[in-house]
Amino acid sequence: MWEYLKLIVLAVVAVGAAIAANYAHDLPYMVNAVVVMLAAAITFLWTLRHVGDAPSLADVSANYNDGVVRAGVIATTFWGIVGFLVGVVIAFQLAFPQLNPAWSQGILNFGRLRPLHTSAVIFAFGGNALIMSSFYIVQRTSAVRLWGGNLGWFVFWGWQLMIVLAATSYVLGGTQGKEYAETVWYIDLWITVVWVAFLLTFLGTLMSRKEPHIYVANWFLLSMIVTVAMLHVVNNAAIPVSIFSSQSVPVYSGVQDAMVQWWYGHNAVGFFLTAGFLGMMYYFVPKQAERPIYSYKLSIIHFWALIFLYIWAGPHHLHYTALPDWASTLGMVFSVMLWMPSWGGMINGLMTLSGAWDKLRTDPIIRMMVVSIGFYGMSTFEGPMMSIRAVNSLSHYTDWTIGHVHSGALGWNGMITFGVLYFLTPRLWNRERLYSLQLVSWHFWLATIGIVLYASSMWVTGIMEGLMWREVDANGFLVNAFADTVAAKFPMYVVRALGGTLFLAGALIMCYNLWKTVTSVDSRSTAPSAVPAE
Amino acid sequence: METYSLLREFADSWMLLALTVVFVLVIFWAWRPGSRAMHDDAAQSIFRHDASPARDTQTAHRPSKELSK
Repeated sequence: MWEYLKLIVLAVVAVGAAIAANYAHDLPYMVNAVVVMLAAAITFLWTLRHVGDAPSLADVSANYNDGVVRAGVIATTFWGIVGFLVGVVIAFQLAFPQLNPAWSQGILNFGRLRPLHTSAVIFAFGGNALIMSSFYIVQRTSAVRLWGGNLGWFVFWGWQLMIVLAATSYVLGGTQGKEYAETVWYIDLWITVVWVAFLLTFLGTLMSRKEPHIYVANWFLLSMIVTVAMLHVVNNAAIPVSIFSSQSVPVYSGVQDAMVQWWYGHNAVGFFLTAGFLGMMYYFVPKQAERPIYSYKLSIIHFWALIFLYIWAGPHHLHYTALPDWASTLGMVFSVMLWMPSWGGMINGLMTLSGAWDKLRTDPIIRMMVVSIGFYGMSTFEGPMMSIRAVNSLSHYTDWTIGHVHSGALGWNGMITFGVLYFLTPRLWNRERLYSLQLVSWHFWLATIGIVLYASSMWVTGIMEGLMWREVDANGFLVNAFADTVAAKFPMYVVRALGGTLFLAGALIMCYNLWKTVTSVDSRSTAPSAVPAE
Repeated sequence: METYSLLREFADSWMLLALTVVFVLVIFWAWRPGSRAMHDDAAQSIFRHDASPARDTQTAHRPSKELSK
């Protein structure tokens, strides 16, 4: 009965999407409708071929649902490569404008590829890393199988569909013009559906847990899921022009719209890229170090301080705008206060290795995780500093911001995710070890040098253009035209693109290493999982 | 009084006070005496049930006394 219902729903969606494609007002909408039609048709055929399959008699509750985590490992790696590659392309486009040729205008020029890059790395690479880690962590720390049967698979495939819809929409010009929230209204609705399913899967597993205590990593992950749901729904409140158009009108206007957008934007950083990845840190770093977290009490305080402070920091994006001074001062003060819990968390992660520092020499995965925590500390120091109004007057609108974002994204989010992928792959595919630790070392150094080149070139160019913009002569006239700063930035743009290329090369080495781990390494001997006597 | 001013006054007085008090209480709760055994046990929980879920017949949780050596 349930299968017939699924078939009917999928058929209705496929036919409805075909009709919508026919009535579409604009190209992104039409292409998206075709993508939805194809996705529904493929799922329909898959479901149809499995109707009447004898239900498996095996008791699945005795095993974890690791299939969906394996799929997450593959998706994270794949979207990572795509996102880094687009990033390298647009870095070269900025250095060499000839790389925006006339024939590609309106599809592959910088303006179209830039949101593709940001969304691919944040929501496709980062999002899949978070979903994969959440499902792995919540099962192990709750000691039960993932709740909701195949709901976890719905979350996984629903998220991939969202990524494909967003990517095809961006390059054809479908956007709401909100940074990191470019997805148009119907993709926003789909994200909401998938995200609620994610929340239910996570909460259901937590509620059926057999451990009395909810491990702190789950607190961070749950706060990420709940807060992102709230931010997404509030910031994307919009009224579509027509159900056959990708265009919509936001319900806020003017400075209110700007404030809601940066309340969203900063907390997307705070909860998606910080709280969620801290959840990963609090589980995978102690696991890889084989030592419990340095201070569990500190992790609780880290959590609550982060939750209480982060949500107020958004207005620091709107210094010297129509936003009232009191609001941007509030954002600034809370940003500076955030420095404290951030460094508390960094110390907690690093000190987990106390007594095991020798692992840094022998284990390149631990090295990766430690460097990522170091970058977390560095960018959470830099961020509060840049939120101070006087500093912001120099740094705002310059490449310093881009450097700051990338030291966080490449250094903190990227490196911890690479560490987690190296941790998970041998375990999930039941291999006794990674294919090559030497290749992990190569990845580590390529990525680290790449980030250093990226961040330092952006500091130089950012501070330089900030100073050039404000330089006035004795009569009070501006000394430099905007184009002068663009010309002066050229060498740093080339260095930045080279740094990105190194980072991408490291990720490609990781791909090869993970592939060979699954295909060429002997499987782990399946010893009975008896608990050794202590 | 218009809604904006009313909410704004509430936000930077009573609500701010309430949130600050909750925050301080949370910190004191984490540092309360006698919580160490529970926290140590929770910190160790990631090293249990790595391969498969806890079976219903056995209790997943071993009492913290056994863990503190």
